Amino acid sequence: MGVEEAVAAAFRSDWGRIVATLIRTTGDWDLAEECAQDAFARALETWPDGAPDKPGAWLTTVARNRALDRLRRAGVEAAKLREVALLPAPEVPPADESGIADDRLRLLFTCCHPALPLEARVALTLRTLTGLTTAEIARALLTSEPTMAKRLVRAKHKIRAAGIPYRVPPSEALPERLDGVLAVVYLLFNEGYAASTGDVLVRRNLCDEAIRLASLLVRSMPHSETFGLAALLLLQHSRRAARVAVDGRLVTLDRQDRSQWDQEAIADGLALLARADGDGPYALQARIAAGHAVAPTADDTDWRRISELYATLLAVTGSPVVALNRAVAVGMADGPEAGLRLVEEIESSGNLTDYHLLPAVKGDLLECSGRADEARSSYERALGMATNELDRDHLRRRVAALGSADPLVVRRLRDV
Amino acid sequence: MKYLMLVCGDENGDFSGVDLDPTAWVEEMTARGAREDGHRLAPTSTATTVRRRGTEVLVSDGPFAETKEQVGGFDIIEAADLDEAIEIASKHPVARIGTIEIRPFWDQ
Repeated sequence: MGVEEAVAAAFRSDWGRIVATLIRTTGDWDLAEECAQDAFARALETWPDGAPDKPGAWLTTVARNRALDRLRRAGVEAAKLREVALLPAPEVPPADESGIADDRLRLLFTCCHPALPLEARVALTLRTLTGLTTAEIARALLTSEPTMAKRLVRAKHKIRAAGIPYRVPPSEALPERLDGVLAVVYLLFNEGYAASTGDVLVRRNLCDEAIRLASLLVRSMPHSETFGLAALLLLQHSRRAARVAVDGRLVTLDRQDRSQWDQEAIADGLALLARADGDGPYALQARIAAGHAVAPTADDTDWRRISELYATLLAVTGSPVVALNRAVAVGMADGPEAGLRLVEEIESSGNLTDYHLLPAVKGDLLECSGRADEARSSYERALGMATNELDRDHLRRRVAALGSADPLVVRRLRDV
Repeated sequence: MKYLMLVCGDENGDFSGVDLDPTAWVEEMTARGAREDGHRLAPTSTATTVRRRGTEVLVSDGPFAETKEQVGGFDIIEAADLDEAIEIASKHPVARIGTIEIRPFWDQ
C-alpha cells in the first residue's frame, strides 16, 4: 500500500473519531476540524519516511498536540489544557450516562439534533463525521459552495449559542431521537443513490458513508429499526453496478443483469435483516428489498409476499407513494385489474395529483389489461407532468410502443 | 444557560375544556430551580408599538406584526442545555395547543 492510500484509508477509518473526540474535549468545532486536517496533512509529509504501526493513534496524538498548541497560544486556562492533554487513546473513550462510549455517536446525535434544520443536519454529518470538504458536500447535495459554507457556519453557531448538548440522549428520549438520526442517514444514502445528476464519485461516496454510519449505529444501538436501515442500505447498494446502463440511463429492477448484483452485500444485508424483529418502516422496506434480492430472475419474484409487505408498510406510514407501490405489486401478484382498482382508490383520495408516476403506473396497468386507448391517454397525462428528461423519454417510448404487435417490445419496455 | 420562553397561542381561539392553568408547572419548575421569572401578558389589543426615527417618536396601536399566534406570556428559565430547556417547555400546558419559542440569552 502506497503512502497516499495508507493516509486515505486512515482518513476513512479515523477522521470522524478524531474530530468527535476533539470536539468533546475542546468544545470547539472549527478547531477540531482544523487540527484533524493538519494531522492528515502531516501524515502525507512524514509517512513516506516510515508509516507508524498504529496510524489511528499517531494521528490522534498529532491532532491533539496541534490543538494544545493552538489553545495555549490563545491563552486558554490550565484546567482545559489538562483535559485536552489527557485525551484518551481512541480505544478507551469514557462512557456517558447513556452508557455509550463512542464519541462519534455523540457527534452524530448532535449533528442530527431536531433543533437544526434538516438540510444542515445532513451537511454537518457529512462534514464532521465523514470529512467530506464543503465543496464536495455542495456538489453532492447540488448546491453552491458559498451556500453550503454558510449553512455549516450557521449550524455550528446555533449548536454553540442555543446550547445543543454534545451527547447521546438519555434512554427516555432515545427512541424518538434515534428515529431522527436514522432519517438523516437514510437521506444521506438517498442523496447518493437516487439522483442521476451530480458528481458520480462523490455520490457513490455518500452511499458508502451512509452504510458506514449505519454499521456504527448497529454496533452500539441494536434496535430493530437500526438493523432494518442497515439491511435496507446494503440491499439497495448491492444493485449499484446493475442499475445504471453504459449510456447513463437508469435500468429498472426487472431489466437489471442480476449477475452484477453484489452477492456479498446481499448476504450481509440478509444477515442484518434477520435481526430486525419489528415491523417498523425500515425493517419493512428492507424485507421488500430482500424479496427482490433473493429472486434469481424478475419472473421468480414473490409478488404476493411483496404486496403483503407493502400493505403493512402502508398501514404503518400512511404514505400515498407507498400505496402506489403497493398497487404495482398487487398488479403483479393478482393481475392488472386488481392493481388498477387500487390506483383508482388513490386517485379518488385526491393524493398524488401532481405525481407523474400515478398516471404512468395507471397507463401500464391499463396497457396490461389490453385497454390501449385509455393507456395512451394516461401516458400522455404523465408526460405532461414529468419534468425529468429520462422519465419523459421513457414515457414517449411507451406511447410509441402501444399497439405494437410485438409483445416482446412491450415486454422490454415494461419497467414500472 | 438562560433561556427566554415565549409562550404563544391564538388568543381568540376557543380552548374551553382544555386546562391551561400553569400553576402546577410554575410550582414544579420553580421548586426544581429551573424557572426564575415570568408572567402572563394582557392581550395584543392592549399592545402599543414604539419606534424612533431621527427625532420623531412613532407610536402605533397593536403588536409589531400581525400573526396567527400571539405572545401571551413569558418565562425565564435556567437549564443545563437545550435538551433540558425543551423538556421544560414541553411540559408547559400551553405547549399542547399553542407554540413555545425558546431563545437563549445573548452570550458575549
